[in-house]
Amino acid sequence: MLYWDKEKECMPREELEKLQLRRLKETVFRTYAFVPTYKEKLSQVGITAEDIRSLDDLKQLPFTTKQDLRDNYPFNLFAVPMSEVVRIHSSSGTTGKPTVVGYTKKDIEIWAELMARALTSAGATKNAVIQNSYGYGLFTGGLGIHYGAERIGASVIPTSGGNTRRQVMLMQDFGTTLLTCTPSYALFMHEAMLEGGIEPNDLKLKAGVFGAEPWSESMRREIENKLGINAFDIYGLSEIIGPGVAIECSCKNGLHIAEDHFLAEIIDPLTEEVLPDGCPGELVITSITKEALPLIRYRTRDLTTLERTRCDCGRTHVRMQKVLGRSDDMVIIRGVNVFPSMVESVLLNIPGVEPHYLLIVDRKGNLDQLEVQVEVSERLFSDEVRKLEELGGLIRKDLESNLGIGVKVRLVEPKSIPRSEGKAQRVIDKRNV
Amino acid sequence: MAKQISVFLENKAGRLSHVTRVLGTAGINIRALSIADTSDFGILRLIVNEPDRAYQVLKENGFTVSETEVLAVQVADSPGGLATVLEQMHEENLNIEYLYAFIGTSGNDALVVLKVEDSEKTSEIFRQKGIKFLDESQLYRL
Ligand SMILES: [Zn+2]
Repeated sequence: MLYWDKEKECMPREELEKLQLRRLKETVFRTYAFVPTYKEKLSQVGITAEDIRSLDDLKQLPFTTKQDLRDNYPFNLFAVPMSEVVRIHSSSGTTGKPTVVGYTKKDIEIWAELMARALTSAGATKNAVIQNSYGYGLFTGGLGIHYGAERIGASVIPTSGGNTRRQVMLMQDFGTTLLTCTPSYALFMHEAMLEGGIEPNDLKLKAGVFGAEPWSESMRREIENKLGINAFDIYGLSEIIGPGVAIECSCKNGLHIAEDHFLAEIIDPLTEEVLPDGCPGELVITSITKEALPLIRYRTRDLTTLERTRCDCGRTHVRMQKVLGRSDDMVIIRGVNVFPSMVESVLLNIPGVEPHYLLIVDRKGNLDQLEVQVEVSERLFSDEVRKLEELGGLIRKDLESNLGIGVKVRLVEPKSIPRSEGKAQRVIDKRNV
Repeated sequence: MAKQISVFLENKAGRLSHVTRVLGTAGINIRALSIADTSDFGILRLIVNEPDRAYQVLKENGFTVSETEVLAVQVADSPGGLATVLEQMHEENLNIEYLYAFIGTSGNDALVVLKVEDSEKTSEIFRQKGIKFLDESQLYRL
């Protein structure tokens, strides 16, 4: 099966845009009427639902930021009474107050549909055995995937994260065909397979849907080769709905954003100006069907580009490229923006380098320093100091020419960089501690 | 010719003792060792009585390990003993990558572990020149 909902996923553009305009108007109307913060924001720019005449008018609407969610903690941005809210999710809140998101019954319904589309796009059918290793709980990953998998009638194994040896055992015994987790956890599972004497190619695993952290094309190759599967990127964020906002199709040339529910724009994060298709910038999403928490022009802080050319899969929805990085993960070193994904791309292009790395940013005197830790695998190891130093030098030169700043490379022992069962920590910034 | 076990170590307290503990627990005897280190990492080189098993055990304990071919050369335990061997190697253009001394002796000779570029060629020339070196079984029994 190619599509879950062909009518929506392949809807002719003209028809789709009509639907979007109607839904955008409704959203502006509802937020103005039921959310005091939006009434204030919209009044400031002097716009009501009647002023929205075309999709182009979207750019006159005010932005919503993560700070708005914090300022309205916990429920003040909800557009429905709490009696209509059937689910609450929340971010971990490692930096300040957590952000809280709510869902009505219909929101949950739509989310399950979106996830059903996503899993179908990755090849899942009702015959699939889906091992869902995203965390269940306040995090949207676990339950989001779960509902979509049940929606298509697949068999779900709700393993959540953790207990990796057991995960691998279940994968073998239950005949998992599709794995869902973060890309870094997929690699960690691969290590656990090898340790447990399990040959990945003997498993029934065919595909993986990986997300919740930015990962590079080289990381995809690494996962696909090591696990012998097809790896698909999924995008989502809890503020918008959770996983399922966008999913790759088999063409793997970008992630189709479910445009019947979300409007996507790319802006210059500094000037807030809307950028033309193809220009990299910050992704801004407007949810046009959310009942409990509709957000207008939400600044995702994720950097990517949009591509509207026709996709061979037949879907008409716009594609976003793999996320380059989250502006939260970006570290500024001596004035240069560095994303972990840039380091990852460089490292994985060097044969034998393992996809486990850590960036340590520190300040010595007045100078920022970036240290990149790389694990020495058996393939890289030599009994001669000179050869290892040459290797370190080669990695350093590659990184420096790609990042444009001086880098110190430290070779570390295998498995000394902490493995993660959720989102991998790629950066330790000691400058603020 | 002999097998040397090389282990990658970060320059962190306790790493060396961890390696030796792992080998000790497995009942493997260390016959010679040397550490080449830089400010960040070190390479531990070991001659043990059971190299293949040492390789396995260290690998299972998560170390990056490799096996390297080296020569255990017998050198007269008297002034100039090592110099004589090195001079002969120099004349033959045999490059030494590194060397270190053995803890034990063999009869009246001291032992030096040599890692050379081409161990086949070097051992052949050693035979011609009468430079003695131990074969594996002799070495591991010491
Ligand atoms: Zn497509």
